[in-house]
Amino acid sequence: MGFLSQIVNGLGIGSIYALVALGYSMVYGIVQLINFAHGDIIMVGAYVTYLVLVVAGAPLWVAVVASLAFCALAGVGIERLAYRRLLRKGAPRISLLITAIGVSIFLENLFQLLFTSSAKSMPNLFPGPPVSLGGLQVGRVTGITLVTAVALMALLQLLVQKSRMGKAMRAASEDTGAAKLMGINTDTVVAFTFAVGSGLAAVGAILYCGAYPLINPYMGNLLGLKAFVAAVLGGIGSIPGAMLGGFLIGVAESLTKAAGGSQITDAVVFGILILVLLLRPAGLCGKNVREKV
Amino acid sequence: MKKGRMCWAALAMLVAAMPLAGCSNNGGNGGDTVNIGGLAPLTGNVSVYGVATNNGAQMAVEAANEKGGVLGKQIKYVYYDEKGDATEAVNAYNKLVQNDGVVGLVGDVTSVPCIAVAQEAVKDGLPMITGTGTAAAITEAGENVFRACFTDPYQGQVMAQYAAKKLGSKTAAILYNMADDYSSGVAEAFEKEAAAAGISVVEKQAYQTNDVDFKSQLQTIKGKSPDILFLPVYYQDVALIAVQAKQLGIGATLMGVDGWDGVLEKIDKSNVSAVEGAYFCSQYSAESEDPDVQRFIKDYKAKYNADPNMFAVLGYDAMNILLESIKTAGTTDSAKVVDAMKDIKFKGLTGDITFDKDRNPVKSAVITTIKDGAYKFVEYFEK
Repeated sequence: MGFLSQIVNGLGIGSIYALVALGYSMVYGIVQLINFAHGDIIMVGAYVTYLVLVVAGAPLWVAVVASLAFCALAGVGIERLAYRRLLRKGAPRISLLITAIGVSIFLENLFQLLFTSSAKSMPNLFPGPPVSLGGLQVGRVTGITLVTAVALMALLQLLVQKSRMGKAMRAASEDTGAAKLMGINTDTVVAFTFAVGSGLAAVGAILYCGAYPLINPYMGNLLGLKAFVAAVLGGIGSIPGAMLGGFLIGVAESLTKAAGGSQITDAVVFGILILVLLLRPAGLCGKNVREKV
Repeated sequence: MKKGRMCWAALAMLVAAMPLAGCSNNGGNGGDTVNIGGLAPLTGNVSVYGVATNNGAQMAVEAANEKGGVLGKQIKYVYYDEKGDATEAVNAYNKLVQNDGVVGLVGDVTSVPCIAVAQEAVKDGLPMITGTGTAAAITEAGENVFRACFTDPYQGQVMAQYAAKKLGSKTAAILYNMADDYSSGVAEAFEKEAAAAGISVVEKQAYQTNDVDFKSQLQTIKGKSPDILFLPVYYQDVALIAVQAKQLGIGATLMGVDGWDGVLEKIDKSNVSAVEGAYFCSQYSAESEDPDVQRFIKDYKAKYNADPNMFAVLGYDAMNILLESIKTAGTTDSAKVVDAMKDIKFKGLTGDITFDKDRNPVKSAVITTIKDGAYKFVEYFEK
């Protein structure tokens, strides 16, 4: 029973990793950019939730909508201001990567300036006793997190597979140039991808605040890195892969801690990254694409 | 030309600054005052601690002077800002001894400069008492170095005894930060003392600095259903751990040490039930009914327009211990003052203080509980 509970707890934090990993993966799939500022979008989402919920005193659903909208806008804004010119000019990937790190540092420092570096406490978002699932006691937040994450992933899968925009996204990810020639406005597709990815991160932020009610300007740092590892593990560019990777990383962390190895938890996570890169660079669900020389 | 002007300007500034730097240097030895030295970081990263400690010491001197000083003379408090730096602290110490002729030292404030100064003070045999330095190495420096605060491990022992004697606990679990000396030191002391007091520690779990997810460790702890969960960690981590323990439905009584002070500011009202009924110990309580404490709080507020924190109170007590020792010795002779301090029975704002053979204070800790979402003073407790 204890072991099962540890798995469930791991899935809880894992679904947050998964939501964030989706953003990394989708953006990478289309523009081959590892958007390191994506982790900080979680932080932005958390602070927006804090402002709406605590400072303005609005109900939770308003905070969710505001946070979602703001993060989606922030994602699009970052793409427009920081990346679009580089993408259009076909700048080398390293320039994009450095820009992404710059945006990340900018966001962290901006929020430190606005809110100071001291942590802010969040209210109890999902009050109530633990829920019982067939004799297994699960924290309410963990339950809500799991259900929300799985539902969102299903929704995303539907969006990508069935909708017109989803089709355009898939086309652009396969070959941006060809998609453009077919009359797809790839700029819109890229902006849309950033918006969706950031929106998912906003939901991740709210779920995160429910489980860990302290936020600070650097909270997105390690969280973002671990989500990135999840995306790589699942196969960067692959949506089901990002979900799988997130869950696996969460469970790996939880089990490492449960086995008494809390000092090596991060080492285990990044060890997984190294192993994946060595043994199966395309990730679990990634397609093995041979580099054209 | 431009460069030359800059040089002159710099020189002029230096000259102008000289009388400022020298302003407290004119005490000299003997004369009509008893000079006491002070060292504290008044600027820099840890100035919050230094300023409060220094304020407390200063208030003690003023109060004593109003009552006629010591040995029939007024007390002169000469203090320097050491900026939290060990080298600056040693330089300032030398200035205090050589130029200002101090007969005793209250300081330093933080552990590292404190250790450096203690090593110098041992060479001179100068009576030295730190209000707030908790590192064991400070008083280990020599026979003439004392401290007014209790050490970190002592808090762990106090809480173990309190759990056994007052709460009737039989089993305990510990969750601590293994990357932090304070946390692991207190955890170890608690574990040892718990065994002696008849509490079995059924689970000991660790985490790392900056961890936010404690559910795995807490799940393991939950499986053992201990009476108490001991958290020797700082308030931000307490906030996160307590909330997650609640989420998992852990019913153990939470206990902690002085790092808990401030936890309610980091827990939102809707989550505060997570720490309801928890106990922690600290050096001092503003809610103590001791009239001396209440008078001190009132005077401090009037003078500095701020609430006195633990550091201010310890600075005040440290200074008073030194003054009382000089009074008892009847002289400012270093060796005699040190002897008097060893045997002192002192009633301070932080409780009744005597010194053990290692010159650490033996005194009661303040037990505070959290009731209805607010800190509540419970009692003084001595292990």
